[in-house]
Amino acid sequence: MSPSLTFRTGVRDVLPTVFGYIGVGLAFGIVAHTSHLSLLVVGGLSFVVYAGSAQFIITSMLLLHDPLSAIFISTFLVNSRMILMSTSLAQYFKHESLVRNLLIGTLVTDETFALAMNKQNKTNGKLSFAWQSAANLVAYLVWGVATVVGAILGGLIADPTRFGFDFALTAMFIGLVYLQLISDKHLGMSLQLSVMVFVALAYYFLIAVMSQNFALLVATVAGCLFGMELKKCH
Amino acid sequence: MSLSLTELWVILGCGAITVLSRVLPFAFVKSLNMPAWLISFLSFVPITIMTALCCESLFIAHAGHLASLNIANCLAAIPATIAGVLTKSLLMVVVIGIMAMAILRYFSIG
Repeated sequence: MSPSLTFRTGVRDVLPTVFGYIGVGLAFGIVAHTSHLSLLVVGGLSFVVYAGSAQFIITSMLLLHDPLSAIFISTFLVNSRMILMSTSLAQYFKHESLVRNLLIGTLVTDETFALAMNKQNKTNGKLSFAWQSAANLVAYLVWGVATVVGAILGGLIADPTRFGFDFALTAMFIGLVYLQLISDKHLGMSLQLSVMVFVALAYYFLIAVMSQNFALLVATVAGCLFGMELKKCH
Repeated sequence: MSLSLTELWVILGCGAITVLSRVLPFAFVKSLNMPAWLISFLSFVPITIMTALCCESLFIAHAGHLASLNIANCLAAIPATIAGVLTKSLLMVVVIGIMAMAILRYFSIG
């Protein structure tokens, strides 16, 4: 990753994450197809809702004929981590106009957020509207197209996991967390490692007593508080 | 090609909820000056969220019991991590990870 922040660099930087979108996008399309959702609904979910894990949950809840209110609440809970990510990312765009801030916010995802955090480690804490928009737009289009293609292929591919594509997303987060660990000079390696161990342990114990999505949120918030306290002691 | 009224409401409603979760923080941060403790708190969001997202794929949850390891994902994570340490390239981590998982599946491991 170079320090350049142009639209073109954004497109280049987001390419490695595209594998994750294609793998999971195809998987979502296939699941949606087997859940009897039409192409229109798949496209609608991907291009309007645009939230990976929430889309899987919405699909299963539609299949179970859950009430609208339950679907809305689940979507909010699953996506509540976006509030944390957007608040964190928004600090880098305070100098941009409100309209540009809203445009960036509309298409933020786990992946483009993580990518931006890695990028700012290389640029002395700077991000640009052009770079972030490029990353956001490529991710958005690839996700939408991959899910629709998955829904069309749905009946044809017997077992897409055979080729290991379902691991692309996990591999991507492993890569992003490692790059974050070695390049965030503000927090440093030892503090970040302590926080990582704390989050992993917290998540491990929390999923025994609550849903995975809720555990993810609680472990994240607890990890941030733990990090703040630890930083004071250093 | 069909779209029921329920499906339309789900798409519009969930779309609105998601976009508000993403956009409102940008509007707030733009207009307010954030206190120092909040900025310190947020500086830990990247590492904590990414760690938690990794854990989500490495553990298998069992309601009421402690989680178990997702053996296939944990095994494939090893070469992927080594690729990261050696190359510092996100693309290499993803490619090696997918290849490792394909090999594991071929030999029906995990």
